[in-house]
Amino acid sequence: MSQITVNEAIAQAIAEEMRRDPAVLMFGEGVATKRGELVAEFGAARVRNTPLAEGIIAGTAAGAAASGLRPIVDLLFAPFLCFAMDEIVNSAGKLRYMSGGQFKFPMVVLAQSGAGWTVGAQHNHNLEAWFVHSPGLKVVMPSSAADFKGLLKAAIRDDNPVLFFMDLALGYQAGEVPAGEQLVPLGRAATLREGRDVTLVSYAKTVHYCVAAAETLAGQGISAEVIDLRSLKPLDEAAILVSVRKTGRVVVVHEASRLCGVGAEVAAIVAEHAFDALKAPVRRLTGPDTPAPSSWPLEQAFVPQADAIVAAARELVGTREYA
Amino acid sequence: MQHSVQAPSPLALLETMMLIRAYEEALVGIAAGGNAPGTCTSVGQEAAAAGAVRALAPQDRILTNHRSAGHLLARGADPGRMIAEVLGKRTGYCKGKSGSLHISAAELGVVLTSTIVGGELSLAPGVALARTMTPGDDGIVATFFGDGAACEGVFHESLNLAVVWKLPILYVCENNEWQAFVHRRETMPMAYVRDWAAAHGLVAETVDGNDAEAVQAAAARLVARIRETGEPAFLETLTYRTRGHYEPDDQSYVDRTELAAWQARDPIELLANRLRAAGRLDDARLAQIRARVRAVIDEAVAFANASPYPEPAELFTDVYA
Repeated sequence: MSQITVNEAIAQAIAEEMRRDPAVLMFGEGVATKRGELVAEFGAARVRNTPLAEGIIAGTAAGAAASGLRPIVDLLFAPFLCFAMDEIVNSAGKLRYMSGGQFKFPMVVLAQSGAGWTVGAQHNHNLEAWFVHSPGLKVVMPSSAADFKGLLKAAIRDDNPVLFFMDLALGYQAGEVPAGEQLVPLGRAATLREGRDVTLVSYAKTVHYCVAAAETLAGQGISAEVIDLRSLKPLDEAAILVSVRKTGRVVVVHEASRLCGVGAEVAAIVAEHAFDALKAPVRRLTGPDTPAPSSWPLEQAFVPQADAIVAAARELVGTREYA
Repeated sequence: MQHSVQAPSPLALLETMMLIRAYEEALVGIAAGGNAPGTCTSVGQEAAAAGAVRALAPQDRILTNHRSAGHLLARGADPGRMIAEVLGKRTGYCKGKSGSLHISAAELGVVLTSTIVGGELSLAPGVALARTMTPGDDGIVATFFGDGAACEGVFHESLNLAVVWKLPILYVCENNEWQAFVHRRETMPMAYVRDWAAAHGLVAETVDGNDAEAVQAAAARLVARIRETGEPAFLETLTYRTRGHYEPDDQSYVDRTELAAWQARDPIELLANRLRAAGRLDDARLAQIRARVRAVIDEAVAFANASPYPEPAELFTDVYA
């Protein structure tokens, strides 16, 4: 096992998959400029710079995917996906169905979002739920270097369009990554920490705040289980329900805003399938319904922090159990 | 690679156009009976479809738009499976999941019929890119769109990328004067879409889109050039949508004088009259073709009507690979 950053894990995943399968190619704004090692190894035809035009980048990926290639496109910052929504949602996500299964769309869309770089609202917007709501797409948002690598490799091999979100603050975070062929399947959550009293469900950067909160809670005699969803679609409902049946309490944490967010879905799944196991109402800790601020302290205040997670968990555990 | 494209005989072009017209008129009739929703015809534009599609080789790919029946039929699609698709039947090209607006047919190289205006322009570079990255493949991509799509931002993005990446795409703009319910005079300052294309550095031609032979000759010339150079080219066919935006549409917004002028230049009549004058067509031959086309369409309608609807479980299939 070696320690590498999330950015290095992503680079390794792309290079290994391009080596394995000649149909894999990558394009986007500055991709060839920034990934010279890929150009050197795989040639200019497979690693391409594009114009600053997200719609045609995504559309070209969809067309290429329908025609035998496996494109990876880098759309840089998640808010730019607004320019590519038609191609991703209306074409890549729907054309398999509309064609009665005649075509498949094995493509990966990379985009970054999240607080940590003070880049402001037009470069920071956690809009993963938009794509979760769109049929035909898969959505991945990992939290650790190992998962970034394993999930990206799985996404590249998947025959469906996968939105692969990278939390900006995680890029330079290092972690243990197993050497060689370690795929992480799409649609399977990871239980990062076992616990009895409360389940903390999260994904991306806020997973780390949940782990920190669980450690603090342990010092206070509260045993918290931490689940990293990793894939938002398909969503590992079983992992959530198994944990809730064990603990009876859930705090869902994410940086995207609350209304119709992934946390709302998790809460609804719990209410539908494990209501009898609940000892307290489901709590959601999310970003506010505001554009992301740029100023550092405001940006930090935008993200649910570990102390807020601790407070929410304590409140739930302190809640009188239902008769 | 061998190309088996022979210049279609004028009689074959005529029969293709008559088949397209008969197909769409049959659908208009079915729609009037309330059984074919969402039908957008290309009546009056048959020459553009027949001429351009028949300039392509079997290995070429096609992306088109919501007025796609002409392109599909000129490519050799089975009218029965097309009508079945429009009626939502299981025997349709897309198992009844596309309707008339999104028919694709992999076996014919028809990757996409997009009803998002300009969606075909957005995917075309990727399909063409795949062609260039397949060793030994010199197939090209033809994409059909209208003057409405040319006003979309993706039109410019697509042409720009195709030029920069040297993608083998024939852009065929069927300039039919109408953008849904709006005449293009209201939305475009240009006389020709060609001028926009030329500004992107494409070889760009405008041709009489109601003259099937002229379209076919121009398309064949440009296709040969694309195969030789690998670079994209642009063909604008000047034509007219003689029926409404969709069925039914009373066309109350249409200038009757303009409509009549274009109807007087009906592409089928135009070619038939030329062939008559050249002594290559007489009433007996024309009646023979008409009867043959009629029989094909009658059989197609019967097949579609007799076909079963998909099972409800089909609702959930083909979402993911």
